[in-house]
Amino acid sequence: MANDDVADDGPPDPQLTRDDVAKVAQLALLNLNDDELDRFTGQLSAVLDRARELQAFDVSGVAPTAQPYPLVNVFRPDEPDTVSAVREEALAAAPACEDGQFRVPPALGEQP
Amino acid sequence: MSTTVDPTAPTGPSALAESSVVAEPSVLPDGWELVIGLEVHAELATATKMFSPARNEFGGEPNTNVHPVDLGLPGTLPVVNAKAVELSIRVGLALNCTVQRCIWARKNYFYPDMPKDYQISQYEEPLNIDGWLELPSGSTVGIERAHMEEDTGKSTHVGVSGRIHDAGYSLVDYNRAGVPLIEIVTRPDLRGPEQAKEYVEELRSILVAIGASDGKMEEGSMRVDANVSVRPIGADELRTRCEVKNVNSLRSIGRAIIYEGRRHVDLYESGDAPIQETRHWDEEGGRTRSGRSKEEAEDYRYFPDPDLVPIDPSPEWIAEIKASLPVLPQQRRAALVAAGGTAAAVAIAVARDLDTLALAAIEAGADAERVLTHVANNLAVDGAADLNPAHLAELVSMETSGALSATQVKQVLAEMVSTGGSPTDIAAASGFEAMDTAELETLLDQIIADHPDEWQRFVEGEAKLQGVFVGQIMKSTKGQADGRVVNELLQVKKRS
Amino acid sequence: MSDHHTPADDSPIDDSPIDDSAADGRFVVDANPANSAVNIAAAVRSGARSATEVVEQYLARIAEAEPAIHAFNLVMVEQARAAAAAVDAKVAAGEDPGPLAGVPVALKDNMCTRGVETTCSSRMLEGWKPPYDATVVERLADAGAVIVGKTNLDEFAMGSSTENSAFGPTRNPHDPTRVPGGSSGGSAAAVAAGFAPVSFGSDTGGSIRQPASLCGVVGVKPTYGAVSRYGLIAFASSLDQIGPFANTVADTALALSVIGGHDRRDSTSIPEPFPPVLDHLGEGVEGLRIGIVEELSGHGLDGFQPEVLARSAEAADALSAAGAKVDSVSVPSTIAGLSAYYMIAPAEASSNLARYDGVRYGLREDGPNTASMMAASRTAGFGDEVKRRIMLGTYALSAGYWDAFYGRAQRVRTLMINEFEQVFNDYDLLLSPTSPCVAFPFEAKADPLTMYLNDICTIPSNLTGHPAISVPFGTNSAGLPIGIQVLAPLRGEVAMYRAAQALEEVAS
Repeated sequence: MANDDVADDGPPDPQLTRDDVAKVAQLALLNLNDDELDRFTGQLSAVLDRARELQAFDVSGVAPTAQPYPLVNVFRPDEPDTVSAVREEALAAAPACEDGQFRVPPALGEQP
Repeated sequence: MSTTVDPTAPTGPSALAESSVVAEPSVLPDGWELVIGLEVHAELATATKMFSPARNEFGGEPNTNVHPVDLGLPGTLPVVNAKAVELSIRVGLALNCTVQRCIWARKNYFYPDMPKDYQISQYEEPLNIDGWLELPSGSTVGIERAHMEEDTGKSTHVGVSGRIHDAGYSLVDYNRAGVPLIEIVTRPDLRGPEQAKEYVEELRSILVAIGASDGKMEEGSMRVDANVSVRPIGADELRTRCEVKNVNSLRSIGRAIIYEGRRHVDLYESGDAPIQETRHWDEEGGRTRSGRSKEEAEDYRYFPDPDLVPIDPSPEWIAEIKASLPVLPQQRRAALVAAGGTAAAVAIAVARDLDTLALAAIEAGADAERVLTHVANNLAVDGAADLNPAHLAELVSMETSGALSATQVKQVLAEMVSTGGSPTDIAAASGFEAMDTAELETLLDQIIADHPDEWQRFVEGEAKLQGVFVGQIMKSTKGQADGRVVNELLQVKKRS
Repeated sequence: MSDHHTPADDSPIDDSPIDDSAADGRFVVDANPANSAVNIAAAVRSGARSATEVVEQYLARIAEAEPAIHAFNLVMVEQARAAAAAVDAKVAAGEDPGPLAGVPVALKDNMCTRGVETTCSSRMLEGWKPPYDATVVERLADAGAVIVGKTNLDEFAMGSSTENSAFGPTRNPHDPTRVPGGSSGGSAAAVAAGFAPVSFGSDTGGSIRQPASLCGVVGVKPTYGAVSRYGLIAFASSLDQIGPFANTVADTALALSVIGGHDRRDSTSIPEPFPPVLDHLGEGVEGLRIGIVEELSGHGLDGFQPEVLARSAEAADALSAAGAKVDSVSVPSTIAGLSAYYMIAPAEASSNLARYDGVRYGLREDGPNTASMMAASRTAGFGDEVKRRIMLGTYALSAGYWDAFYGRAQRVRTLMINEFEQVFNDYDLLLSPTSPCVAFPFEAKADPLTMYLNDICTIPSNLTGHPAISVPFGTNSAGLPIGIQVLAPLRGEVAMYRAAQALEEVAS
């Protein structure tokens, strides 16, 4: 993962393949048909190709920026606020609910 | 003063044996050793959640302790609970960690009990690193990190009975979503199930002592996952490990570790090897089961959470928190060991919260070993902690001087606990006068005179007849005679 | 209260209907000074006009021209009337109705309005009513503003033309065959067409400024953290900011004064009040050092239309004539902005949009298990551009690619921030065109990468957090508006507004 001292990585895999896109779509829980897979592969490749220009920059010793305006230690006091409790409205907006809980089909596999 | 042991008292560790055994026999086939790391998630004792002002409360109607932030409603943003940070620093300090500038990271995965389908946790740059915990039995466990994160909601599966192919459905409650957690990860330093259980108990007592968590495994406010691997004894490699989840009690932890370790050994010995995966402990079946169908590890795509800013605790704040920590179990044990106790006995005293009493009694002059033996054997009762240490010291001295017999000591002690009186007063009131040896001798002579035949046979070698005379003496003194003195007298008279 | 007092224009109050469409089909409204937010608020506060009369004027205008423009997803007729009545009641009772009293405002439909549909122009949130108000919405209501509707946008704010809306595009009031820009196309068009004097959008890569430029209105992205994001449905968290559109620079300054400043519900909110821009508007540019960014003025990047560059040069000359010290400056890292942005923004978006899974709200398409239900819902709920960006972002964050894509982009971002910091040592403000081109016809930029190039001038300041404003500065020979962008250092809105005001004076 991100490490300032890591030796500069080589250029990323030059060709984004249809397989790569299929895998990523699966990770992102998006179902793509064949036509979309083909189309998106081409379009995303173009963007990634352009992104290779980032490799030209010397980033050794440069830390990544997560936020452009640097703040630290932003806290809130440990005090309850029940005014914003939204149970009824939230359940009313639920696609399916039962007994005050959100109802979903069964999950395959366990919570990671 | 002689410090002879009361022969009628049980020796060795008592009810808390499981957690303070020093050496544990191997549970694996010859030549293999267990390598165990534990991940403990503890709910922090705050009033509100980690990132929202909803209440942090156990139980309650589903979805009543939820704020828009906890439901992951579009547009909502997290704000860090200052108290959760303070308690997390407390945990880090109590575990001898380095407390450092830290950031929040998103752990991305889809699951219905995840309101945002990512969990805010800490990945790189966690709050606490590189600590250690000393076990009561003496060994030290390395703490790799102790970081903050938010809890998930809870889903309950509703099966529709009677229909084979009906998979049912799930109901999701987000009351628990966002509850502040601290995740404490050990280095793989544990070597057996007993040690693992000892670690969990000690960690729990630390968390409770510092007020960070109520540590109730039965309520889910403390959860343990075990990372288990094996290796040949003497090797220093780390082989494939499996994470075992759903170990909900101390007992399960032990059983699961044993099962999993043996499973690994079986695989290796049959030419195979375990695959790195998450497994779930099945308490009823007494086995672990594979949790996932795919072999690949989940790709969580961790990245720093852009909705949150770093936490950089000042040295002043850390020092303030450190100064407010109470005396920890390990320090309490150390104090008693310094006063003369053995590790095993000291562990029991601290576990029972009787170490303050014991220490005071020892400092008042009582023999350490006697005090701790009483703590272990006779003081596992309500009210024992309120005993006057000077009285306890006095009692021990009456015991070692022979002024009271073993039986009498027990009775006096019990009454001291219930009435708070002094041993001298209680002994006097109960007529537990130290029996004069001369008195005893006179009594014994009388009994010998009453049983001349038995006496003759005893003198000539029928040792078991000693019991007759002891029994008679006890009967006529109503049990107040000191057994040791009686036996000595009998021996003396026999020889003369 | 008095902080928001702005001297009202001295022209007589004009109650006549707004100037109507030109003969060639354009719906652009002449910016009658009486119809500025500053003047409306002053008139309503003083009792010279009623909020009800004002809102009826705008509702009538909307009814008349909205079908041709489609700036709105929802016109809030009854709520607007009720809000206006409430303002009038306050004035009648002698209470302070707020600094935006009676001013009709339109909100981009990615800002949460309690009990009122907030859709992000996506099927995923069609019909969803938030149970809470965004901080900005609360502040506007407290200030007496009258919300007239929720405006159209590119779905989930991803786009530069508003063609990615699931509910149909918005048309540019200057030429209805062309796009208004995006993603806040609806809000820009609403002001340009006279549907409201002030509207609000969000800017992640230029989504306020670019449509402002294409629609000939003023658009502002404040310093990152200056305006609360609580209640703004997130696209890219470290880049998003809410900002105003208006016909005048002063109106946007008033709007920002109302919505800006610390919010404890947003951890990234700057713990300060918004800079006092209203107090320094008319101070001019005498002595300010202004740098024209070479790379964004045709000397580094391609694709700039000649007339855009011409207007930009004229703007520089105008500022020079007004007393500023103007010259060119090279900021090389701006060239990498587009690539860095298209790693960072989609990465954050892929995570921010994961919550749309059909479980708690939004569109659900059923499935036999949760994973397939989630996938079916997301597939049906999201349009192509959203899917593309989610996948791009997921890829950039995935194991094996993290360092090369997301990690590297965030480090190049640091380089950019450092470079701009250096540049702002030598310059008080920077200047460039807002967009390389004027409004383009529908479907002219079907290729995503071509579309992304629209943001080349605006993206750098999202990455660095700097405030930036787009001021209309003439048109091309076909009458299509061109905007000029002024960039300032972090929290440098005061100087930025001085230059913007000066540009506006020259342009008018």
